[in-house]
Amino acid sequence: MVDKILKVEQISLAFGGVKALTDVSFEVEKGSVFSIIGPNGAGKTSMLNCISGRYRPYEGSIHFDDQEVTHMRPNDRADLGIGRTFQNLALFGHMSVLDNIMVGRHHQMKNNWLTGPLYWASPAQKEELKHRRQVEEIIDFLDISHVRKSIAGTLSYGLRKRVELARAIALNPKLILLDEPMAGMNLEEKEDMARYILDLNEEFGITVVMIEHDMGVVMDISHEVMVLDFGKKLVSGLPDEVMANEHVRQAYLGLDDNEQLQEVG
Amino acid sequence: MNFELLLQLIINGVIVGLLYGVVGMCFVLVYKSTQIVNFAQGEFLLVGAWVCWALLVYLQLPFFLGFLLTLCFMAVFGVFLQMIVLRPMIGEPIISVIMVTIGLSIFFQSLTKWIFGVSPQSYPTVFDTQSISIFGLNIELAYLMSTVIALIIMVSFFLFFKYSKHGLAMRATAFDQQVAQSLGISVKQVFAMSWGIAATVSATAGVVIGMVNGVSDSLSSIGIKVFPAVILGGLDSIVGAIVGGITIGILENVAEFFDSQYLHIGNMYDIAPFYVLLIILWFKPYGLFGTRDIERI
Repeated sequence: MVDKILKVEQISLAFGGVKALTDVSFEVEKGSVFSIIGPNGAGKTSMLNCISGRYRPYEGSIHFDDQEVTHMRPNDRADLGIGRTFQNLALFGHMSVLDNIMVGRHHQMKNNWLTGPLYWASPAQKEELKHRRQVEEIIDFLDISHVRKSIAGTLSYGLRKRVELARAIALNPKLILLDEPMAGMNLEEKEDMARYILDLNEEFGITVVMIEHDMGVVMDISHEVMVLDFGKKLVSGLPDEVMANEHVRQAYLGLDDNEQLQEVG
Repeated sequence: MNFELLLQLIINGVIVGLLYGVVGMCFVLVYKSTQIVNFAQGEFLLVGAWVCWALLVYLQLPFFLGFLLTLCFMAVFGVFLQMIVLRPMIGEPIISVIMVTIGLSIFFQSLTKWIFGVSPQSYPTVFDTQSISIFGLNIELAYLMSTVIALIIMVSFFLFFKYSKHGLAMRATAFDQQVAQSLGISVKQVFAMSWGIAATVSATAGVVIGMVNGVSDSLSSIGIKVFPAVILGGLDSIVGAIVGGITIGILENVAEFFDSQYLHIGNMYDIAPFYVLLIILWFKPYGLFGTRDIERI
């Protein structure tokens, strides 16, 4: 039996009368790249928010690493190892790139306000060095060392997306949730981003759950794809299977063969 | 024109202004991290000063011990106030939260009057000499101490927010609570911490002012004095609070000077800062250092 890192069981979520999610269940294998696709308003981001803890589903349960997290606070889930990025860039605009990433590192640091000031005389120094080194690795990995001192708000869009990814990785997550990591990027930036996602999956061993509209990328890098439509799970499976599915074509890709594989805004 | 008096008044203004700046920083800290406009800011000074006074007079503790105990007490006081009174108000309309802080302000003013009486009390003398002379200007030792303390507090604020893990967490929370949570920061803890710090630091200012002017009800009026200072600085800028504080301190003293020498209107000391505030906000509605919210339609 394959190890499942995330088990979502019969999640339902509603905002007033609007049903965002109805009875959605799925499982994510440890170490895989799992993509959620679907038309706008299908509940993809709501699903991600349920996993990260921003929303609490009114029915169903979520297990992460064999632990129930359905009613846990978002920050406690982050401590357990669920990192995420946001659909609209959510960097701390006034802070430097390095500070942004250090916030992600924040919860890992054990020293508190008592031992912190005793910098030279405590384990704090050693710990700080360790964290600095790991943060450096992340910075190298995403090729953002040339902007490390820059204020995050002044960077280009593609770079900001990378910094946001770096911040999420700095959390040292086991599972990372990416909400449209490639939205608004040009082809070259998309290729880079796809490379980073694959690398963080393979080298760092982080399981990825992502929402993405670019079908080409989704097909290329995912191990498994789930399609949501009107808050319901349509189908899930291997990328090729999903693409071949008649319902998916109707709901998402359009019936006309010519429109297939085109990006659906 | 009496330049010597003017100079003396300006220096006094800077010294008092630094304290306004310290209290203003606390106000901004609470506003930025918890989005609460704290009308009970002045009562932190009042409660802190009375607690310290009681420790020194009733328990006969040496000054620095009493002062340290006061700071500990105020940290706990601030945290509990947030946890018990203000945490349940999260998500309520802003006006309700403001009403709660006004209520707290009235409550603590009355409470201190009930416990300690209405007449001002002076602190036991801490320093043997009352004032020293620098370049021919008389400066009270207590004022000098207050300046040093204010500067220390400002520098430690700067270091705290720039380098410490909790400072970083507070800045992150002020920027975006949801993102901060997604990075493992407990927003609850940050809220409690910001109230604890605000109470502790304000109490320091309260004790210092109490040592100079005596402890009385009028300490809580500093909380109101701080309003023009922080609004001048832009409500969400810590540097702005310091600049605003010093500006207000100088302003009220200079206004007092011109009033007593030439104008003879009376009471300019209290009112001048608000006039200037009105004029500045007329031209810069977001304050001197505030975030500009631009709304496009």
